Amino acid sequence: MRRFLQVTWLVVRKDLRVESRNKEMLLTTLFFAVSCVLVFSFGFVRGGEAIEGSASGVLWITIAFSGTLALGRAFERERHHDALRGLLMAPVDRPAIYVGKLVGVLLLLAVVEALVVVMVAFLFQAPLFRHGWWLLTLLSLGTIGFASVGTLFSAMLLRTRSRAVLLPVLLYPVTIPVLIMGVSGTFALVQPEPDLVLARVWVSLLFFFDIVFVTLALWTFEPVMTE
Amino acid sequence: MPPLQITDFTQVTLSGVSRHYGRRRALSRVNLVLSAGEIIGVLGPNGAGKSTLLGVLSTLAEPSNGDVRYGDLTASAGGAPLRAQVGFLSHELQLYPELTARENLEFFAGLYGLDRPAERAHEALARASLSERADDLVEGFSRGMRQRLALERTLLHAPRLVLFDEPFTGLDEASCGTLVTRLQQLRTAGRIVVLATHDLDVVSQLLDRAVLLRMGRLSELGSKGSLRERYRAALAEAPRGRRPVPSGPSGSGPGESPA
Amino acid sequence: MNRRLFPWLIGLSLVFFVVAPILIVRAPLEQEMGLIQKIFYFHFSAWMAMYLGICILGISSALFLFRRKPAADRLAVSAAEAAIVFGLMGLITGPIWAVKSWGVWWNWDARTTIALILELILVAYLILRTYGGPGSDRLAAGLGMFAMANLPFLYVSTNIWRTIHPPTSVVPTLPVDFGIPLWWSFAGFIVLCLALLTARVRLEEQRATLDRLYLALEDE
Repeated sequence: MRRFLQVTWLVVRKDLRVESRNKEMLLTTLFFAVSCVLVFSFGFVRGGEAIEGSASGVLWITIAFSGTLALGRAFERERHHDALRGLLMAPVDRPAIYVGKLVGVLLLLAVVEALVVVMVAFLFQAPLFRHGWWLLTLLSLGTIGFASVGTLFSAMLLRTRSRAVLLPVLLYPVTIPVLIMGVSGTFALVQPEPDLVLARVWVSLLFFFDIVFVTLALWTFEPVMTE
Repeated sequence: MPPLQITDFTQVTLSGVSRHYGRRRALSRVNLVLSAGEIIGVLGPNGAGKSTLLGVLSTLAEPSNGDVRYGDLTASAGGAPLRAQVGFLSHELQLYPELTARENLEFFAGLYGLDRPAERAHEALARASLSERADDLVEGFSRGMRQRLALERTLLHAPRLVLFDEPFTGLDEASCGTLVTRLQQLRTAGRIVVLATHDLDVVSQLLDRAVLLRMGRLSELGSKGSLRERYRAALAEAPRGRRPVPSGPSGSGPGESPA
Repeated sequence: MNRRLFPWLIGLSLVFFVVAPILIVRAPLEQEMGLIQKIFYFHFSAWMAMYLGICILGISSALFLFRRKPAADRLAVSAAEAAIVFGLMGLITGPIWAVKSWGVWWNWDARTTIALILELILVAYLILRTYGGPGSDRLAAGLGMFAMANLPFLYVSTNIWRTIHPPTSVVPTLPVDFGIPLWWSFAGFIVLCLALLTARVRLEEQRATLDRLYLALEDE
């Protein structure tokens, strides 16, 4: 177990180090998220006011879109110079590599989400911070659910030629439950009369989704990655 | 950290190894024995299956038929401890250009669970004559420097089986010389070295044995004459295309029963 | 085995499908829905056949991924295709029901939505197999397992998200007059699904044999 965590930490530290050098992923993903929210604003704001309930949808769709972008980039870096092969050749528990990459993506998305939440709250006049802790829980669980599936898919698609197209094609249908749970949970928090009981239902559903899909991903990573 | 279980072997045996994707055959019933202290050259034109063969040897790719044994172990039985004994330098160098030379080495030393990773990295940098550039980003390195670094990264964990895919491409003469010396050291140290290349000039003095891979089929090169002559002769002999349809199923080989 | 199983299965499903219309016609007309209610007999059955296909897909994907059984992969791809066909049937009959019952073709009713999403996942599975290049069978197997694991989450989340479908409890408490034709066509669809599966698996087997023969020929 210690070795597992050690390998995970090595991969995370490596990714953070690379990112701190060129900040490419962070800046491109942030900028993409900002453009996304803006584009949605022109779709969902009428006469200076956001259409009712649109904020929660915009928030989660932006997360899904920028998440896809980040996932693709995170593994493009491993494909470049065939570094992935170097990782897979190492005598480590391969799921540790998966967890390392997942944590890296989660950290990046956490930064992106911090910005997106503020933007959506501001541009869509949504009371997102009214139940801040609930929103934080929803966002964390939802992002883990989305990224755990996404990290596996992105890793396994590295071997295919049309990976850029295939990632969203595979990822969105499979993660629709996350989107439904996230959007509905957030809506329950921001509607004029917040429904905390309903929010709790969505949070617990997300929690089970995460457990099932992280387990499944850890379990399938090794057989899917060997040729 | 817990020491990895030592998996020792002095021979790698391939028997009847085939690999195919649907109908495309990449390797066809390859039989080969690799022994310690030998540098074996796998020669052949592009697309002959050299990379596939190295991939199978590296344990990353599974043969469709036949088996590969490292000592007595198969790749699936060997698992991670077996991978700890294999070094693989593919044509792509498996380095992170955004990291420094030292960081690259320390990262892989950590992955391999080596003790004293910093010292190991330091020594490896000295061997690659990159001590002065240790803290520069690999991005700024020339092909030769990258290749020297990648070579030391491959050898960092002292693997028993070392695989090289076209290691001489794009190297200047000095880097070539370093690589040749390093390969000879590996032979003396009793490692199993496999070299896939189509560059005959550099390797002709180096190889203990040469095999030819063509259209996925392997044949030994004779021992008469220079390497170039033998290569030419073997190429002329090697099968050029599909033979006529066999009349019965008697010709099918092991593991290929067409039933 | 498949070769012997197929005629029995197709014969059996023929019996089911010849008798089913008679049973459905003779079942009493439901007061509110009228003739449209009859859709329900094969709408529901098509769904069930789709779920069966997805479960077979998930289980055989796992077998292929962890046990490396090529036969499991052949079963998986066949199950995915069968599930798509039955899902499509449900997706066509669903809106017809909806327009009569609620006055709109598409109202995001929970179960139709689940079917649509599942259909999407299945199509993604086939896209991956078609355009993934060499080794995509392994990747598709991963996706197949994720598809099956998604079923309960899709079910629960969509149901909470949107519920105006006739509640599930309708089926068991249906009066006998409705129940007999329903379960009859249910059985018919399941048998048909299995029959299609055996035929499709057989095709994959023959393809694999052909590939093997090609390779053997080249090896000579």
